[in-house]
Amino acid sequence: MARAVAKRASRTDFLGYRRENGRVGIRNHVIILPLDDLSNAAAEAVANNIKGTMALPHAYGRLQFGEDLELLFRTLIGTGSNPNVAACVVIGIEPGWTGRVVQGIAKTGKPVEGFSIEEHGDIATIAAASYKAKEFVHWASEKQREPCSLTELFVSTKCGESDTTSGLASCPTVGNLIDKLDPMGVTSCFGETSEITGAELVCASRAANKQAAKKFMDTFMAYQAVIDRYKTNDLSESQPTKGNIAGGLTTIEEKAFGNLAKIGKKARFIDVLKPAEAPKKGPGLYFMDTSSAAAECVTLQAAAGFVVHLFPTGQGNVIGNPIEPVIKLTANPKTARTMSEHIDLDVSGILRREMTLDEAGDRLIDITIRTCNGRLTCAEALGHREFVMTKLYQSA
Amino acid sequence: MPTHFIVHDKADTVGVVVVETVKPGDMLTGWVMETDETVRLKAADAVPLGHKIALDAIKNGATVLKYGHDVGRAVAEIGKGRHVHVHNMKTKRW
Repeated sequence: MARAVAKRASRTDFLGYRRENGRVGIRNHVIILPLDDLSNAAAEAVANNIKGTMALPHAYGRLQFGEDLELLFRTLIGTGSNPNVAACVVIGIEPGWTGRVVQGIAKTGKPVEGFSIEEHGDIATIAAASYKAKEFVHWASEKQREPCSLTELFVSTKCGESDTTSGLASCPTVGNLIDKLDPMGVTSCFGETSEITGAELVCASRAANKQAAKKFMDTFMAYQAVIDRYKTNDLSESQPTKGNIAGGLTTIEEKAFGNLAKIGKKARFIDVLKPAEAPKKGPGLYFMDTSSAAAECVTLQAAAGFVVHLFPTGQGNVIGNPIEPVIKLTANPKTARTMSEHIDLDVSGILRREMTLDEAGDRLIDITIRTCNGRLTCAEALGHREFVMTKLYQSA
Repeated sequence: MPTHFIVHDKADTVGVVVVETVKPGDMLTGWVMETDETVRLKAADAVPLGHKIALDAIKNGATVLKYGHDVGRAVAEIGKGRHVHVHNMKTKRW
């Protein structure tokens, strides 16, 4: 046993679930995925009937169009396709769009089946979907973890309720992990387009090539145009948030340099992804165009196929995600003390000069591997399952 | 000796208080991360954990430097050792 633990602590491998398409997951969920707001009730009823399943209710899916509709499909199909999901039941009000989501997820080779409510009603739909969900649970619960290499891991990061301790220590701790794992061939992702404001040129200089730098600046400027179109003031209390300000952050520029510390000092991003877009250029660091709102950002990263999330917080954001475990770290000693049930890793020792950044990075790698092996995160234990769609504009 | 505040970069004009209580008149010890230097500063205000303290006098309108970068501008005269936040500093963006 001691030898097995020592081997796992080697920081190069973990025990994961290998899926039909070769991708590796760290959880084994059977999800009940509603296509639209109208199907939430049926999805939740199925999840209540069949233990070991989880419904993912959300607020949208009706009368969306254009790029916003494409994003809805990309998010739903990506969520069902995530390797942390073993099998998926999709429920929609009508069969057409339901079928489109089912077909998208089926490309992974995993078990998926769709049910539509029109012409059947909720009760018959719930009954039929429950039988299928039960079959999926029996099948999934016999899946075994197997040794996987860290190079097969997809790691995302985003910070929340940041304060100045985030920029001093917890974000650089994530950066230290990225700098150590990126050369090994991990696939990683950061985002938060608006939260790079003030540090955008420094961010662009971290692109691996001119195309990636240009794609980043184009994406950044497009997001600025949205803010310029709708803003009524300097966004103070929105970005930075009231929590950020309480924690000592004064301006977006100050927040941006702390945020950017999450990508470390050496790693370079190889491509820029649309929201919820899966990486296509192989292992490496990716930037994704996302909101800086925690649940929206993590939902998009999970839909792009990332399986474990690193979340530095200052003042104590409590976010989780239904399918992608969210590991929380803080360097704020007060948050570590007053909100300890939410904190997976306390790196406040860096501020007291009791811990080096290098040691903190190693501890984060250790807790990440333990999480990949099956340890529940604080957010999982506390039942945080924030699944929040990003919506680009009004529905028709 | 405890570290009361941390400075990211030698060029910075503000540091970050990392202890829970700083009172006016307290003699503070700071750590400059970039150079691993120790600096001393007398607090002129109560500054909460995580909030910024001026390392020197900052003129009204001057750029505030943190991480060695421009993170906004002073909108009032800020004395050495004073609390720097939304009451005397603003973004240059948006």
